[in-house]
Amino acid sequence: MKTQISLTVNGRRRDDTVSDNLLLVDYLRETLGLNGTKIGCDGGECGCCTVLVDGRARHACLTLATSCDGTHVETVESLAAKGRLSAIQRGFNEKLGAQCGFCTPGMIMAAEGLLRENPMPTEDEIRAGMAANICRCTGYVKIIESVQAAARELAQ
Amino acid sequence: MNAPVAPAGPVKSIGERAPLVDGPEKVTGRAKYAADYRSPGALVGRILRSPVAHANVIEVDTSAAEALPGVEAVVTGQDCDQTYGVLPIAMNEYPMVRDRVRYRGEPVAAVAAVDVETAQKALDLIEFRYEELPAYFTAEKARAPGAVQLHEKKPGNIERHAEFELGDVSAGFAEADLVREETFQCAEVCQVQSEPHATYAEYDAERDRLTVWPSTQVPYYVHLMLSRTLKMDQSRIRVIKPHIGGGFGCRTETLNVEIICALLARKARGAVSLVISREETFITHRGRPETQIRMKLGLKRDGRITAVECDVVQRGGAYSGYGVVTVLYSGSLLYAIYDIERIRYNGFRILTNTPPPGAFRGHGTVNSRFAFESMIDSMAEELGIDPFAVRRANLLKAPTFAANDLMINSYGLPECIDWVEKASGWRERKGKLGPNRGLGMACSHYISGASKPVNWTGEPHATVNLKVDFDGSITLLTGAAEIGQGSSTVLVQCVAEVLGIGMPRIRIIASDSAVTPKDNGSYSSRVTYMVGNAAIEAAQNLRSVLIDAAARRLEVAPEDVECLGEIYRAGSQDRGLEFNEVVMEALKDTGTLTVKGTFDTIPESHGGKKYRGAAIGGTMAFSYAAQVVEVSVDPDTAEITVEKVWVAHDCGRALNPLSVEGQVQGSVWMGMGQALCEETRYHEGLGIAGNMLDYRVPTIMDSPPIEVKIVECADPHGPFGAKEAGEGSLAGFLPAFTSAVADAIGIRPTELPVTPDRLLKLMEKKEQEARAQEKRRKIA
Ligand code: FES
Ligand code: FES
Repeated sequence: MKTQISLTVNGRRRDDTVSDNLLLVDYLRETLGLNGTKIGCDGGECGCCTVLVDGRARHACLTLATSCDGTHVETVESLAAKGRLSAIQRGFNEKLGAQCGFCTPGMIMAAEGLLRENPMPTEDEIRAGMAANICRCTGYVKIIESVQAAARELAQ
Repeated sequence: MNAPVAPAGPVKSIGERAPLVDGPEKVTGRAKYAADYRSPGALVGRILRSPVAHANVIEVDTSAAEALPGVEAVVTGQDCDQTYGVLPIAMNEYPMVRDRVRYRGEPVAAVAAVDVETAQKALDLIEFRYEELPAYFTAEKARAPGAVQLHEKKPGNIERHAEFELGDVSAGFAEADLVREETFQCAEVCQVQSEPHATYAEYDAERDRLTVWPSTQVPYYVHLMLSRTLKMDQSRIRVIKPHIGGGFGCRTETLNVEIICALLARKARGAVSLVISREETFITHRGRPETQIRMKLGLKRDGRITAVECDVVQRGGAYSGYGVVTVLYSGSLLYAIYDIERIRYNGFRILTNTPPPGAFRGHGTVNSRFAFESMIDSMAEELGIDPFAVRRANLLKAPTFAANDLMINSYGLPECIDWVEKASGWRERKGKLGPNRGLGMACSHYISGASKPVNWTGEPHATVNLKVDFDGSITLLTGAAEIGQGSSTVLVQCVAEVLGIGMPRIRIIASDSAVTPKDNGSYSSRVTYMVGNAAIEAAQNLRSVLIDAAARRLEVAPEDVECLGEIYRAGSQDRGLEFNEVVMEALKDTGTLTVKGTFDTIPESHGGKKYRGAAIGGTMAFSYAAQVVEVSVDPDTAEITVEKVWVAHDCGRALNPLSVEGQVQGSVWMGMGQALCEETRYHEGLGIAGNMLDYRVPTIMDSPPIEVKIVECADPHGPFGAKEAGEGSLAGFLPAFTSAVADAIGIRPTELPVTPDRLLKLMEKKEQEARAQEKRRKIA
């Protein structure tokens, strides 16, 4: 079965006909070629696929594309405005919040969702806000520092 | 063009907290990993895996699958009759089973089809007929008399028995004031790097050429094994390493995924993307083996170690892989951290019907170090010696050679120990943290690259090329595999430092066999040390070419040219030449410049000959680390919280302190996963923790602050004095953690991971014993 969906992805309007069982992550990666969003597990375990749907962090691997009809979807590709890194991206880049970088798009989108809701989170709030995202490289220490650096920059 | 401004002098790059040179790609999502390679028309690959753990293959019937519309290729064991493996002496694995299945989930066949659904349907149509054999899931059962042999040439299912005795160990125990013996059990663990394994392959049927993008740490080994298994000349293959989502050792050997993808692409005469699931990535495994260790130590009253006896049994899985090396490291690296002469070692690597382990971060050393440090800690306590004092009583003095001939030229362990003692407030806080809270400490070390390569060819260990052309840009060409550890960044820093120019002038191309010089890959913490040295030599060679050119233009002798990075001048009054002008001069007559630097290890570093396999452990330099771990234990649930870690790591010289911190934090944290919660589990050979929830990986909620102190005890041969930074602090976490638990609740776990279940049992046992004792006391 196929369904017609209308949504915006990274600010651009899309009208697509998609299979009812198509996952958002596959829609983004395969249909739209937005490869920034990663798949790190067999469903809901790692957070590598985190995107924002109407501003809230969601696992794109657990979300049906059809359920995004009428929503605004944002992926990591949307953040750098005119080629300039966003505050969170700069935080992750400069504070080494990304080593291998595979968890990074998901981490950054989780941080984006968090900081929009809570621009000055405490360390515990950062932990709680990013609890669904696994990183195997950093031990999370520098991820927390990256988010803090971004929050400080955004506050200025 | 502006006239040269007053030269600021050479730019510093070494020692700077430089962000990764490929950081912008990673934070914007532009970095391409193997699964991101897709071209229109590329096929989707899928693997059929064995439902049983040990069986003779009767038939793999693929006719129905082949007939399915949309299926472009089906391959089985019949398509590849060549074994592969990382050690030339132990290649006994086929990419897909031929006569025998040896672990559950081993690949049986694979398909390439137009889409996932068709590929999946095709797998369902393949008929696999087999005759089951008795299967052995523990080392004990596989070793038992009468067990069916997994491999013809391996009687008793012993992959390798490694043994040595150096010095008179029995006399050592006789001299000791205290001798104790304990058995330790470490569960099997898996790397669980974020990126599941993936390969993209394109076969050019017209020209019989193959290009492969594998998610590997060792593109060159993959190249070799593709050539061997596909029986294709190496010159027809090109291996390009994409961005890699971590590895931690599971990708330090060629994996069946890579070969199968290439076989499919060739058979389909096109492009195939083979991305395996997380569960399949667990099955592909190559983690740290389940290990049992019996450790016996002799100590003098003053804490001096008199003798060590260590028996190790590793559940080696179904194939050799790195097994021989792992079991040798477990013995040889008992040396080179403390001043110990007499060690007797017996290590058994046993073949079992489970997925093969490999070279997990801290390869071979971690579980032995856990047992050793645990013993020395508890024995010191018995003797009334402080944990710091007992380590200090056994320190080495560098330069020296360990009793098994391992070369040690730099040794920052004393300083590491001092720092963690102070920073953690050990003296003031130990014993005063209140109930159920404790501190523990331990030390560890690791090699900076294996001095003898796995594949001995006579070539240098590392080669770096620098290409300089008309545009004044420098392209650094290296085979060194950037896997997220920051190797590309550190190599750019090395070249920038020697030339005194800013890092942005340098571009790096890493690991494309058609372009970059060969490199053995990212394992055994070899890259910074070996490739870093080669990069420095290349930059020095380039520098002298540029100085000669500047001298020609300035009409002075080369020794009179001062290189200020962007400016080359003769005397302080001279306004000098800009870098581009110097380059143009250098290109005259010769055209595009390519200079080279190489690195080779020195024979003294090759390890000894005192026993069979003694070369394993030989390295140019050891890193050292000490750490203090603070834990609290919930007395009701037995849940352990790691509150904080203080770790000091001697990396010789921090070429990039930001990266060193990141590596050390990552190592400590990975040690924490193994100590606290990670373990693969099997039921009748079936992985029952093949996902990231049942195989519990610590989340950000479980992860403590990790304070890092970089100790710089420069190594005389290291690049700017540097040694390894990415593995050495892992092993120390485990024993420091169990010592902290012992400090908190008076129970020292000897079995890992220390899950609440396990700890609760120990706590109940202790309570029962206390009650029984109380009863006896009352009766008396
Ligand atoms: S891919 Fe792992 S949670 Fe979505
Ligand atoms: S940076 Fe590698 S998994 Fe997070």
